[in-house]
Amino acid sequence: MSTEPNEIEITPEIVAEHGLTTDEYGRILNAMGRTPNRTELGIFSVMWSEHCSYKSSRVWLKTLPTEAPWVICGPGENAGIIDIGDGDAAIFKMESHNHPSFIEPYQGAATGVGGIMRDVFTMGARPVANMNALRFGSPDHHKTRQLVNGVVAGIGGYGNCMGVPTVGGEVNFDPAYNGNILVNAMCVGLAKTDRIFYSAAAGIGNPVVYVGARTGRDGIHGATLASAEFDDQSEEKRPTVQVGDPFTEKLLLEACLELMATDAIVAIQDMGAAGLTCSSVEMADKGGVGLELDLDKVPQRETGMSAYEIMLSESQERMLMVLEPGREDLARQIFAKWGVEFAIVGHLTDTGRFTLKQGGKVVGDIPVRPLVDDAPSYERPWEPTAPRPALAAADAPAPNDMGDALLQLVGGFDGCSRRWIWEQYDHMVMADTIAWPGGDAALVRVHGTKKALAISTDVTPRYCFADPVEGGRQAVAECWRNITAVGATPLAVTDCLNFGNPERPEIMGQLVGCIEGMGEACTALQFPVISGNVSLYNETNGVGILPTPAIGGVGLLKDADQRTGMAFQAEGESIVLLGETRGHLGQSLYLRDVLGRVEGPPPPVDLARERRTGDIVRGMIRSKLATACHDLSDGGLAVALAEMAIAGGIGATIDLPGTDIAPHAFLFGEDQARYLVTTTQPEVIQSMAEASGVPATVLGRTGGTELTVNKCLTISVEVLRDRHERTLPEHMAGS
Amino acid sequence: MKAAVIVFPGSNCDRDVAVALHQASGTAPAMIWHGDSTLPDLDLVVLPGGFSYGDYLRVGAIAALSPIMQAVRRHAERGGAVFAVCNGFQMACEAGLLPGALMSNAAGKYVCRHVAMRVENTDSPFTGGYDAGQRISIPVAHHDGNYFADDATLDRLEGEGLVAFRYDNDNPNGSCRDIAGILSDNRRVLGMMPHPERAADAALGGTDGAAMFTSMVETLS
Repeated sequence: MSTEPNEIEITPEIVAEHGLTTDEYGRILNAMGRTPNRTELGIFSVMWSEHCSYKSSRVWLKTLPTEAPWVICGPGENAGIIDIGDGDAAIFKMESHNHPSFIEPYQGAATGVGGIMRDVFTMGARPVANMNALRFGSPDHHKTRQLVNGVVAGIGGYGNCMGVPTVGGEVNFDPAYNGNILVNAMCVGLAKTDRIFYSAAAGIGNPVVYVGARTGRDGIHGATLASAEFDDQSEEKRPTVQVGDPFTEKLLLEACLELMATDAIVAIQDMGAAGLTCSSVEMADKGGVGLELDLDKVPQRETGMSAYEIMLSESQERMLMVLEPGREDLARQIFAKWGVEFAIVGHLTDTGRFTLKQGGKVVGDIPVRPLVDDAPSYERPWEPTAPRPALAAADAPAPNDMGDALLQLVGGFDGCSRRWIWEQYDHMVMADTIAWPGGDAALVRVHGTKKALAISTDVTPRYCFADPVEGGRQAVAECWRNITAVGATPLAVTDCLNFGNPERPEIMGQLVGCIEGMGEACTALQFPVISGNVSLYNETNGVGILPTPAIGGVGLLKDADQRTGMAFQAEGESIVLLGETRGHLGQSLYLRDVLGRVEGPPPPVDLARERRTGDIVRGMIRSKLATACHDLSDGGLAVALAEMAIAGGIGATIDLPGTDIAPHAFLFGEDQARYLVTTTQPEVIQSMAEASGVPATVLGRTGGTELTVNKCLTISVEVLRDRHERTLPEHMAGS
Repeated sequence: MKAAVIVFPGSNCDRDVAVALHQASGTAPAMIWHGDSTLPDLDLVVLPGGFSYGDYLRVGAIAALSPIMQAVRRHAERGGAVFAVCNGFQMACEAGLLPGALMSNAAGKYVCRHVAMRVENTDSPFTGGYDAGQRISIPVAHHDGNYFADDATLDRLEGEGLVAFRYDNDNPNGSCRDIAGILSDNRRVLGMMPHPERAADAALGGTDGAAMFTSMVETLS
C-alpha cells in the first residue's frame, strides 16, 4: 500500500486500515475543510494514534501531581527536568517498546533504549544512566528464553556501545505476559540548568535542519502498531520494527552536545514515534508557527520513497532542529566532523500550516493547530476493580519447612538474582556508578562532584491486578522507599503505564485506579510525575497483561559518602526492623510461589506512615547510625534478611518478637513501609524511632556463616547464595 | 608525564582513562582526535576502550586504519609507551603493535564484571607497581575479549615474559592460556582487556588498578 499514489479516493477501508474511526475521520474532514490525500491521512493517523495522542489516558493523566519547587520542567517536553542544585539539572524519562520487542526482541529493545536516550540528550543532557523494567511470560513458555536472550542482548548492545551505563532495573515473569512482554527503558541525563534545550520552534524563516541517519522504509506505522492489540499474525509485522545503529547515535550525541555548547540552536526535537511527522508538528505547534518541509532535501536511504513513506518512517537516530539564521555553516561543520548527515530541509512560516513539498509540488498541507488540538480525547467507560475479600488465616497456612520456603523464594524466578542479566550490561562505563545493579537503588555520581543520583524502577503488577488503587500507591511508595534505603532524598518520577485494551471497561478501570493511587502517593510523598509514557492495547487474542504502571524514580544524595547499601558490613552488629509488621500475606510472593495461590487484597499502603518511616531511616543512614539498610518488599522480612546476608557474606541470628502473628506471616508477610537496618547503636536507633512514632524492633545480630531464625530456620549463607544465583543461568542455559 | 588519549568515533572510555591519569599525575592528558595525523612529543599514548566505528567490520579493524594510527605506530617504533585497553587492545592487535587477535567471547555474550587476575610480569612501565604473582581484581566489559594467537606465538610470549596479566581461574572469555594482557617485545606497549581505569577509585568498588597509573607516572615522566 505504501507505493500507492498520493491522490487516491479515501474509502472507509483505507480509513480503517489507518486505525481511525468514522468519527475521527469526520474530525479530520472538519479540520481540513476538504478530503485529505493519503499522506495527510497518514499524518493524522499517527498524530491521533493512542501512542502519540494519549487519547484514552489524557483526561486521567491530568490528575497526576507534576509540581514541586525543584521541578524545572514537567510532562509535555521530551523529558522531565529537576533541579539538583549548584546549577545542575537531572533530565529523565521512561518509555515502552513492548510490541516491537515481542516481534523482534533484539532490535525492539535496542531501539527502545536508543529512543529514550535521544529524548534525554535532545534537551541538552548527557545521558549518564540507563534503567529498565522488563516483564516476560512464564519461564517455561516456549518463547520466553528467546525473548529474554534477545531483549537483554538488545538493551546491552545499544547502551554498551553508547557508553552509557545500564545501572539497574527490575524483571518479573508471569504467564500474563506470555503473548505480550513489556520492555520499558529509562534514561537519566545531566545538564546545566542554563543550557537546557526545548522543542518550541521560533523565528519565522528560520531554517529547519535534519541531522542523523538517513530515512528509510523501516518502522512505517510503528506508532499505529503500538496502538493495536496483537493476534497470531503479529509476527508478520516484523517489517514495521525499526533497526538500531548505536554507533550512529553515539556520533549524533557527541555532535549535538558540541553544537549545544554554541548559541546556534533555537529548538530541537528527536524523531521518535511517527518520525518526521511528530517532530515537525510538535515543534510547530509549541511555537505557534507554520513549518514547511521540502521532502526532496530529506536524506534518504533508498530512492523513490513517497511522501507518505518519508513522513511515516520511524528510522532511528534522527533529530530535527531549528537554527538561528546564519549559524548553518557552524552547525554543518560540527556534524561533518562527527561524520553525521546534515541537511536543511525546510523553514518556519507564519501560515500556521504544516506544508510538504516534493518534486516542486505541494503533497501535504495541514493546519497545525487542529492536527494537535482537535485530536480526540476519550473519557472511556470504566468499571472499578472489585475488591478482593480478605485472606482467611486458614488459606495461608505455614509451610512444611520454613527454610525450604525461604530457599524457594530466593531461588524463584521473581526472587532470584538478576546477575545473569546485568552482567551483560556495561554498568560501570563513565566511572561514576557507585552502587551497582542488585541493590535497592543504583547510585551514579554527578561527575566531578560529591553528589550522586539514586535511581530505581518499581511496580508490583500482581498487587495492581488485585487492587489497582492500592497497587498504584504501592508502586510509587516502593520506588520512594528504595531511593530512601540508599540514603537519598526522592525527588521525582517518570512513569510508564502499561495496560491492556482501554476499550474494555474493566481494563480502563485498572488504568483509572492505578493513576488514582499513584497520584495520591506522589502527592503525599512529594514525588511528582515529571514525564512518562502510556502503552495500551497490551493484549494478545483478547488476553490482557497484568496492569503494570512502572515507576522510575530519581533521588539526590548531596554527599555520596553518606550512602549505604544492603550488605551486612560486619559481625556482631544489631539488626533492627523499622516499621509495623502485621503479617499481611494476601498477594504475597509466599502465597503465590510456596502455596500456589493468588488471593486476597495486596498489603495496604499508609502514606503518612511511609513518609514518617522513610524520613527517619534516611536520617539514620546519613548520620552513619545505620551501617546497612534494605527495604522490605517481595518475600518480606525473611527474603530481605537473606539478601543482606548474601550481599555481605555474613550470617545472622534473630528471634521473632513475641506477637500474636504466626511466625510464617511475620517472616513472609509483605506489610509496607518497613526497612531493616544494621547498627552498632541499637538503643539510639530505637529511641529515635520511638520519638517519631515509628516501631523499631531489635531482632538479633549479624555474624557467623548461617542465617538463623530461632525456632524457624537455619540455612548457610552459601546455600542461600547458591540458590539465589543459580536459577537464571541454569534456566537460560537450558533448551 | 606528557600523555594523550586518542579519541576515535565510538570511543567511550576515553574520559574514564583520562580521569584516572589526571588523578595519578596531577595533569590532564591531551585528547587527540583520530583524524589528526601527527602527535606532539609524548611519554604515553592511550588507546581507550569503546566501540570505535561501532565494532563494524571487525573489532578495532577500522580504527587501526585511522590517520592517527600511523603516528601512533611511529611513536611505538621510537620506543614510546602505548597503553591499549579493551577496544584499544583490539586496535593494537589489528594495527600490528601486538601479536594475536581478540575473538568473540566463548560464551557469545557481552560480559561486565570484576575478574580475578594474576600479575605475571612486573618489568614494564605499566606493571612495576605490583609484586610478581600478585592477585588483583579488575573489571572487564567486552563482547570480544577472547585472546587468540598460534601456539608458537603463545610459547614465545610466555618464554620471553611478555604475558603481563593472566585470569586467575576466572577466565571470562575463553582466552588462550588465560591471557588477559600482553606486552610488546620492548615492553613499551601493553594491551589488556580488563579496565584498570575502573578500579582506581575506592568509590567504584576497588583500587587494584591504581598501581598501573602510578607506575606509568613514575616510570614514564
